Amino acid sequence: MIGEPELPIPHSRRLWLYGIGALVLAFLMAPSLIIVPMSFSDSAFLQFPPPAWSLRWYHAYFGSVEWRDATMVSLKAALLTTLLATPLGTAAAYSLHAGQFRFVGAIQALLAIPLIVPVILIGIGAFFLYARLGINNTITGLVLAHTVLAVPLVAIPVLSGLKTYDMNQELVARSLGASRLRAFLAITLPQIRFSIVSGALFAFITSFDEAVVSFFISGGETATLTRRMFSALRDQIDPTIAAISTCLIILSAVLITLPQVLGRRRAR
Amino acid sequence: MRATQLDTAATLRDGLNERALVTDRRREQMLLFGLCTPAVLLILIIIFVPIGWLSWLSLFDDAGRLGWDNYARLVEQPSYIKTFKTTFQVSLVVTIVDVLLGYPLAYMLSQMPRRAAGICMIFVILPFWTSVLVRTYAWLVILQRTGLVNEWLTGLGLVAEPVQLVHSFLGVVIGMSHVLLPFLVLPLYASMRAIDRDLLRAAMNLGASPTAAFWRVFFPLSLPGLAAGVVLIFVLCLGFFVTPTLMGGGRVIMWAMRMESTVSLYANWGAASALGVVLLVVTMGCLWIFSRLFGAENLVAKGLR
Repeated sequence: MIGEPELPIPHSRRLWLYGIGALVLAFLMAPSLIIVPMSFSDSAFLQFPPPAWSLRWYHAYFGSVEWRDATMVSLKAALLTTLLATPLGTAAAYSLHAGQFRFVGAIQALLAIPLIVPVILIGIGAFFLYARLGINNTITGLVLAHTVLAVPLVAIPVLSGLKTYDMNQELVARSLGASRLRAFLAITLPQIRFSIVSGALFAFITSFDEAVVSFFISGGETATLTRRMFSALRDQIDPTIAAISTCLIILSAVLITLPQVLGRRRAR
Repeated sequence: MRATQLDTAATLRDGLNERALVTDRRREQMLLFGLCTPAVLLILIIIFVPIGWLSWLSLFDDAGRLGWDNYARLVEQPSYIKTFKTTFQVSLVVTIVDVLLGYPLAYMLSQMPRRAAGICMIFVILPFWTSVLVRTYAWLVILQRTGLVNEWLTGLGLVAEPVQLVHSFLGVVIGMSHVLLPFLVLPLYASMRAIDRDLLRAAMNLGASPTAAFWRVFFPLSLPGLAAGVVLIFVLCLGFFVTPTLMGGGRVIMWAMRMESTVSLYANWGAASALGVVLLVVTMGCLWIFSRLFGAENLVAKGLR
């Protein structure tokens, strides 16, 4: 295969462009690159580079009941959100892809609504509604709200996965006597599983990292990790949060690169 | 089921069979419709119901009389006007900063071989999926009075005293520009990749200098992608909460912060709802103008990956 042909512009004439690009990439990565070493600092003042290394702030994180509880709440909410949003988003994507009923366009637009409406409004609205239903500060309420935010993030990759899949295969299976469900599970699902897995990972990260809606509808015993970090940061810059941030950065990095790694292995 | 297959199946023209096919098809569509109802219902209940309810509430004043009081206050009270002004100023500056940073980066990535660009793209996607809270915290640490930037500035003798970077307009702009930059780079990169290089080669063969080829051919073709990024960033800025709250330290009050304090400090749902309704209308307005100018094709999907 021939690669994309180069333009007749020598690289030397473009050094300035590479320079600016590298600087912007550095700007994008700087916060993560600085926070990670700082979290291993021995000092109570966030100096860079740290004067001495220690795991002091990780001890502070894992040793604190409050931080540990908040982490558990966030993990639980993220896991439940993933379990709920993945089937809902996949089903919606499948129905939009295969369906020819009148409202396909409208429903597609509706599914994008959680991404378009300002999050602050979703947060305040959920808080208002939950106050009447009595489910503020509950995991149920948290999971429902996060699921709404996550459904489009599952539906979008699954829809694009379905677009590259030939639905006739499912028809063949059905004409050979398989039920619709069986045909989907045995034929379609395995072929779009990477789209579904990346959608599920997006759902997990979205819930786990979500800060605005959780700010309004979680608190007390069910305060999420981001909720607690937010309140802590309003008062002072606590080095413990550097340790927590490092854990969150690593989690995001692992979850985001996972589909790429899996996809590459499949491609071989 | 696809229309084409149905058509071939229905050419039997057997009266009885045709009716059975229609019923079958209708049942099939009902089933497919049913598959998307759980997601649709959840969105309706969690987003539409409360927002509709709050919009209704915004039409009643503090004494419970129907009227435009809550909206009138937004244009009359100086403190609200100041909040709007700050919000639009921040949004505009952040958008401009991100265009200036994001355009060259996306352009560079689009000119690189796909493999290399893919590797560099990790540095854009990783921050995109890192919690906003984590990134804002990082900037608080870097920009604080005793932070890295101030240390460098005083160390190099550029300033005598540490500069107030956090809890200021500048801090809010730096933090928000960083958080939102990927929203510009991702759609812009995608649209630049789609530009046919032969067009540029043709322009150069016909005697255009590289600079002219860029400005007359490449730049106009990249405008839809740029516009998508700009609109996304601007709209997200208007309703941004976490970063301005932490980086502004109470000195920079933006729209979303105003909504939060109206609810949690004053429990004034009418006033908060009016703010929310106007925010929603402005957001939808920006997106509508964009879709009129450039077509609505997958603004959201483009911004996502």
